[in-house]
Amino acid sequence: MSNIADISADILIVGGGIVGATLGITLSRAGLKVTLADRLAREADTAKNYDGRASAIANGSVNILKGIGVWPDLEANASPIWDIRVADGHPLRGISPLFLHYDHSDVGKSPFGYIIENRSIREALRAVASDCKTLKLVQSANVVSVQRGPFGVIAETESGIRLSASLLIAADGRGSQIRNEAGIKTRTKMYDQKSIVCNIRHERDHAGTAVELFLPGGPFAMLPMTEHRCNVVWTERIDLVDHYMALPEDRFLKELSQRFGGWLGKIDLVSQRHVYPLGMLHAERYTSQRLALVGDAAHAIHPIAGQGLNLGLRDVAALAELIVDTARVGGDVGSNNVLARYERWRRFDNFVLIAVTDSLNRLFSNDIGPLRLSRDMGLALVDKLPLVKKFLMRHAMGQVGKLPRLVRGDAL
Amino acid sequence: MTKEILSQFDRTIDAGEIDKFAAMAEEWWDEDGKFKPLHRLNPVRITFLRDHIAAHFSRDPVDIAPLSGLNVLDIGCGGGLIAEPLTRLGANVTGLDASERNIEVARLHANKMGLEIEYKAAAASDLVRCGCKFDVVVNLEVIEHVADVDEFMKDCTSLIKPNGLMILATLNRTAQSYALAIIGAEYLLRWLPRGTHNWRKFIRPSELAGLCRKNALDLAKLCGFRYNPFTSSWSLEERDVAVNYIAVIKR
Repeated sequence: MSNIADISADILIVGGGIVGATLGITLSRAGLKVTLADRLAREADTAKNYDGRASAIANGSVNILKGIGVWPDLEANASPIWDIRVADGHPLRGISPLFLHYDHSDVGKSPFGYIIENRSIREALRAVASDCKTLKLVQSANVVSVQRGPFGVIAETESGIRLSASLLIAADGRGSQIRNEAGIKTRTKMYDQKSIVCNIRHERDHAGTAVELFLPGGPFAMLPMTEHRCNVVWTERIDLVDHYMALPEDRFLKELSQRFGGWLGKIDLVSQRHVYPLGMLHAERYTSQRLALVGDAAHAIHPIAGQGLNLGLRDVAALAELIVDTARVGGDVGSNNVLARYERWRRFDNFVLIAVTDSLNRLFSNDIGPLRLSRDMGLALVDKLPLVKKFLMRHAMGQVGKLPRLVRGDAL
Repeated sequence: MTKEILSQFDRTIDAGEIDKFAAMAEEWWDEDGKFKPLHRLNPVRITFLRDHIAAHFSRDPVDIAPLSGLNVLDIGCGGGLIAEPLTRLGANVTGLDASERNIEVARLHANKMGLEIEYKAAAASDLVRCGCKFDVVVNLEVIEHVADVDEFMKDCTSLIKPNGLMILATLNRTAQSYALAIIGAEYLLRWLPRGTHNWRKFIRPSELAGLCRKNALDLAKLCGFRYNPFTSSWSLEERDVAVNYIAVIKR
């Protein structure tokens, strides 16, 4: 029987990160009743040191954020990418002369995308979510049990709140407990690399240029941010990471400078150094009875192409479209039909990116002479093949395949 | 559709029958089961219903509950395949079916889905006697099964509130409908049990127009359904009313 602590909705989303919150807002904007359950306490995930990462937001993802009215809150913190330079490099020998140059004018007038700090995205989402009348955010909600049946789902939190809905969506990250308890297996691989992430301030203007150097330990990326800053994603062999993390600041900066080169002038560290383990993960199924996985709960990829969050947001746009279209004809939003269509729609796109990022990393994260030469020639070759290059760019920008309405920039 | 066949076996319901109903409900609601063609047709039918009801009552059709507050009568509701979506779209739905079994199945399912729907095992004429009126009467694939079409239309008319709406779907009496609805659907594809339909009782649009005139109703729109066997999906076809068609009728 119902008691005061019961919350019932059309959709229950577990996980209030970027993907979960975006989905919650999207569905709520269309009028659906949504419960967004997050295990963190209020404001914990927007605290300064919770997440040091920044994300590359492709144009398709920008369209989603515009479509649900989050973009105006974000724009001031978004730094456009006008230029992408990809090069093979060596910390001591410098940058290889053969390199791939993507200029935004190759594909159109708009930038490739934007670099935005994850914290800024979370803050903007939090602000918009609090304005959504049919979105109920339940914080400090640790889901301890889930019962899924043919007609709906009931989850219970540690503090005894019962959350019921027609459909449960797991947006609880790569370690998804909801996924694991549903018995959905995953294919995983841990890389023997970790990423050191930090922000630097620099003397000269980056002019919206993103640089990715393929160093033997892994890709080293400099992503343009606002206020003369860059977000550095330094992927390195696992056994060297502790050493670099423990360096005093001046020596750490010296290591960075050696990799950066001098093009940005003098650099300063303006954030903590964070370390993130890297792994690839693909769930064998994205759905089960009354359950759908989105974002990292379904797939996690190597950050080499800056596509992880974009894939998650494409999941959001596709699933939201299927749910909203079903709700608009009075259908059951958690039916097998909706779930099967979601799985079909998203699996291939995700699979392609998982495979591509994994092979890119394998190809580039080494220092084997012949491989070096051939990948340098490969980069230069792609640079000379306009069609191939355009396809790769459009894919990276989220414009390949049957796109959800929100990704295309249309109304949901 | 199947209700006439099932009604032959009707008897008073006892508690021991509930399991049987649960199994039948599963059958009615299995999207890939026996009623698959109906499930496939449903989004197209609901879209038509939603858009025309919303337009008539000046609502925004893509609102989450465009039919809220409207009283809708679903005649021949079967397992509730139309009644449930209309309820989710905000309508207060009364579902009517001649078969006690169908009503029991529909009730059970709505209950499990947490939807409030008033189901009654009754005929349209029973409601006329109690003086009930509705904003919208939904009458899908029923009229070709009734014994007295004139009497049935009269009953339906008196169930519509003044300025209300009736949406009626049926089958045209053409060579194509004989080939598709009888030979195709019942014999070749086995979508429906043989004998579900009696082709001679199908209604031509001209006959429907005549019935509307007799009851001072305005036949505002006719639209056909077309089935694409390659994608096994249905679409609305404005000009082709040779087989399945649907009509918007205003009082």
